[in-house]
Amino acid sequence: MGAGHAHALYVHEHSPVHRLPPEVKIAAAFTFVACVAVTPREAVWAFAIHAVALAGVVRLARVPVRFLLTRMVVVVPFLGVAVLLPFVAVGDRIEVVGIPLAVEGLWGAWNVVAKAGLGAATSLTLAATTEVPLLLRGLERLRVPSVLTQIAAFMVRYLEVVVGEVQRQRIAMTARGYDPRWLWQVRPIATSAGALFIRSYERGERVHAAMLARGYAGAMPPPLDEPRTTTRQRLLAATLPLVGLVTTTAAMLWSRGT
Amino acid sequence: MHAPDGFLDAPTAIATGVLSAGAVGVAIRQSRQELEDRQVPLAGVTAAFIFAAQMVNFPVAAGTTGHLIGGALAAVLLGPWMGLLVVTVVVLVQALVFADGGLTALGYNVFNMAVVTSLGGWAVFRLVRRVLPASPRSVTVAAGVAGFASVVLSAVAFSLQWLFGATVAVPFDRVFTAMVGIHAIIGIGEGVITALTVAAVLAARPDLVTGARDLGRGAAPRRRGSRRFVLAGLAVALVVAVGVAQFAVDDPDGLERVAEDTGFAEAERDHRFGDSVFADYATTGVASEPVSLAIAGTAGTLLTLAIGGGLFLALRDRRRGHEVSSDSNVAS
Repeated sequence: MGAGHAHALYVHEHSPVHRLPPEVKIAAAFTFVACVAVTPREAVWAFAIHAVALAGVVRLARVPVRFLLTRMVVVVPFLGVAVLLPFVAVGDRIEVVGIPLAVEGLWGAWNVVAKAGLGAATSLTLAATTEVPLLLRGLERLRVPSVLTQIAAFMVRYLEVVVGEVQRQRIAMTARGYDPRWLWQVRPIATSAGALFIRSYERGERVHAAMLARGYAGAMPPPLDEPRTTTRQRLLAATLPLVGLVTTTAAMLWSRGT
Repeated sequence: MHAPDGFLDAPTAIATGVLSAGAVGVAIRQSRQELEDRQVPLAGVTAAFIFAAQMVNFPVAAGTTGHLIGGALAAVLLGPWMGLLVVTVVVLVQALVFADGGLTALGYNVFNMAVVTSLGGWAVFRLVRRVLPASPRSVTVAAGVAGFASVVLSAVAFSLQWLFGATVAVPFDRVFTAMVGIHAIIGIGEGVITALTVAAVLAARPDLVTGARDLGRGAAPRRRGSRRFVLAGLAVALVVAVGVAQFAVDDPDGLERVAEDTGFAEAERDHRFGDSVFADYATTGVASEPVSLAIAGTAGTLLTLAIGGGLFLALRDRRRGHEVSSDSNVAS
């Protein structure tokens, strides 16, 4: 998590997906993920269709598949949980290589793996094709309170600065031969966290003073050139959620039928 | 703690989403005055601080590390509402920009990590402050207790959501015991770091700690009824601890039965903790479920007792010490 971390997930490209207005993209991603989340877990084929649809978008966005897969490690802790489910769930059990596994747990594990994987891949595609300021602008246009988006904007802007400070503190500590391993050695870490807070806070005060000096009056000016959303773009953005919606509806009917 | 998509069912996701949105709305209204003043950049930079603080891994035991959630810390430093907003923004940015935590899981992620930790942490902080004399030292202690409690409360909140919206039939008591037991350990780390961080800020810029605003005015220490409060609190803790242990040790198969009979297992349910500690922990439980559950319950109880007892003693000692020191403060 070094310098450039804030934009580490962005893939610079010039694809139709990159050019889509951010609010449209966010809405599409949300709808698609919601469809995935409510898909009945027994409908394995539905997840396959979801995955193919998403893969199409990834292809169109020219996001390298390897990039996407390596970034998906964020869900790995939860996959660990998924592995445990067959052991701890109740209900009927089947023997796999002599180990009794709960059928219910196996389905649960599959459920977590499929949904978390597709969800993370969708969020990653969104992050990979949308720069952070645009993401926040999109949220604002989706009527997320501007207080939140403004705080988020400042947070993202100063993230690297603060994270850089953490790393310098850490290096300074290690360079002086301190490498704590136990909880009772935690004081220096916490003290530097305290120092970090004060530095961050004072930086916030300075930033605010500087902004006031430049005419800030409680809101950032809107971007100068916001391209209009064309019907074609709307249709393009609607494809993924539509496929998701149709697939999920079909899967629900199918699971009710069986 | 960042749950992915589909971890709890749709009604739970929507319900927690509505709750979270409501809480954030109230927080915006409550902190509007401060925010209009000058605090938006400040809140933003503090959010970056919390994000960075979440990256600082602290050692829990050899080879195992935990990281801060920061809700209680933010609440003590900035006040409950600003703290809530700041941690909400952190969770939001993590989901949108870093794909950490699912988009449809935002409802319960924000609820468990921002709403419960900052409001719950602040409530505990105020309660402990009320018991202890008004001194920087007791602000530190209260912040530590609040940090610990915020993590445990977050685990309890998750367990309750599990009760309603799990997608795999893992019984509630098993989830509850594992979740709360593990988070009691993680919570110690959170508590220690929260306390020490607040202490460090108090030493350098006491004016920045919202939870210690009243100290500057030289408030007289309040002592009335504090012993009774601590004793009552300890009694409650004991009852709860023993109750949880009963739950855990008492024939888990019977409970599973109850779960199935009452339709508990009918709804889909599932699981969600991403903490590696939990993973290790539950793996040890695989060999024999009732035994592992019993161990979990006993360990949890002992731990709760140890923490409760330790806190009680610590608070008592501090109070004794402070009768002298607070007097000298008044004199100076």
